[in-house]
Amino acid sequence: MNPLDAVLDPLAFPFFVRALVAAMVVGVVCAVVGSFMVLRGLAFMGDALSHSAFPGVVAAYLLNGPFYLGAAIAAVGTALAIGWVTRNGRLRGDTAIGVLFAGMFALGIFLFSRIPNYVGDLFGFLFGEILGIGPDDLVALTVLAVLVLAAVALLWKQLLYATFDPLGAASAGLPVGKLDYLFLGLIALTIVVSLQAVGIILVVAMLVTPAAIGQLVASDFRRLVAVAVVVGTCSPVAGLYLSYWLDSAAGATIVLVETALFALVLVTRRRGAPSYET
Amino acid sequence: MINPAVIELRAVTAGYDGVPAVEGVSLVIPRGSLVAVFGPNGGGKTTLLKVIAGLLRPWRGDVEVLGVPPGKAAHRIAYVPQAELVDWSFPVSVRDVAMMGRYPALGVLRQPGFEDRAVVAAALERVGMTSNATTQIGRLSGGQRRRAFLARAIAAEADLYLLDEPVTGVDVPTQEDLMDLLATEAQAGRTVVATTHDLAAASRHFDRVVGVNRQLQADGPVSLLNDADVLARTYGGHLLVIGERGVLLDDAHHHDSASGREQHYHPGNRA
Repeated sequence: MNPLDAVLDPLAFPFFVRALVAAMVVGVVCAVVGSFMVLRGLAFMGDALSHSAFPGVVAAYLLNGPFYLGAAIAAVGTALAIGWVTRNGRLRGDTAIGVLFAGMFALGIFLFSRIPNYVGDLFGFLFGEILGIGPDDLVALTVLAVLVLAAVALLWKQLLYATFDPLGAASAGLPVGKLDYLFLGLIALTIVVSLQAVGIILVVAMLVTPAAIGQLVASDFRRLVAVAVVVGTCSPVAGLYLSYWLDSAAGATIVLVETALFALVLVTRRRGAPSYET
Repeated sequence: MINPAVIELRAVTAGYDGVPAVEGVSLVIPRGSLVAVFGPNGGGKTTLLKVIAGLLRPWRGDVEVLGVPPGKAAHRIAYVPQAELVDWSFPVSVRDVAMMGRYPALGVLRQPGFEDRAVVAAALERVGMTSNATTQIGRLSGGQRRRAFLARAIAAEADLYLLDEPVTGVDVPTQEDLMDLLATEAQAGRTVVATTHDLAAASRHFDRVVGVNRQLQADGPVSLLNDADVLARTYGGHLLVIGERGVLLDDAHHHDSASGREQHYHPGNRA
């Protein structure tokens, strides 16, 4: 098979084209939100919120409701609860996250185990089912992604200031507490957007890895986000093709491409070493 | 009134998690003051600053800042946190930091425009950071880092500067430069309140000192720093008075890497 055919052949399948588009949408929104997330030290929070979405997904299935709604309610609810417990409960953030995230995931497994007949597609939410994304799903996740991106674009300055220097920002009048909650909500929605593509277990990689690569190569926040977006858009494309050629799990292959890129950047670029740039 | 009060605290008590950090503090600071807040670590210096900045709500007492309750005149306040609370690896340049001073006034919809860039450029010029404007903040020296944050305060066109340990860990010539800048700001009618545990710097550069160790222990001209009683009161057990003039201040700083470091203070030798 010649290389051109290898690239063009899968495009004959509508499900593959939808998967490509979905993966790129997910890649962009994850890269942008993830860039703020890593600078806020919230990488673990991303993992926690994605696991917390699980009971929402199962509940939506049991009630025959849309899974987006169930996942959004569970993830946003947990995000707000973590924020509240951290602020008012005399607990460190990671402690609050640990308690609530395990509890929510356990609730999901509990609900799942009560389903009379085993359902295969719930397994898809744990590990992603990007090739199973239907046209309606694609529209829904794109709309949600645009909403999240619009919110970040609108509040870019405020989020940046509050992330960099919360004390300075708060005393200058920015509503830092509200921005914190709002950002947790945006992480939760980003996870909902990404669930079908990469699944609960792997979504944290989509959020963190492109931003981490950006952090390695850029000393300017806009450039960091730009690098993250490029990585976040290109690796799903590469990952999907690889998974098509190798017949491997799509979500995992996408994440592995990003991880490999991170490793490559890490070893080729030694940050902190004396450099010629000033 | 020629010099209206910019800060007015009446019997303010504030703290964290049920433990008071400052108790019953009353304080009036007029416009154009250059005030150093001194005292031992954990004595409530930063707490006092946070109450004034509107970052911490007092449990009891009244606070008025710039004539209104704290937080109501936030856009006229510039708060500079302790250097060790800042993530210096954060991917922002000196100019980015200064530009943040403009963000609160810009609101959500407006982007920095020509005027904002001009104000930021002037602020960078004022603090002598024009040539480092595009440098990532982690690559700066300790003194340059303070200058970057001072540029943010100037760019914000604030009337009240609240600075947490602005000269800590900065070499003496740089200290002089930074304090000259602050003195000029105060002469222009802005009010500067800075915490410091460097008594020598406080007595050289400020025109008023406020000593806190949970309660207000001293409030007046810098000559108070010559008074062994005042120092003993403020620093409690951390202070050893040797003879008539020598004072040994054992103020092991909680964030100093060297343990048990002592700072010697000799009021008689001061210039």
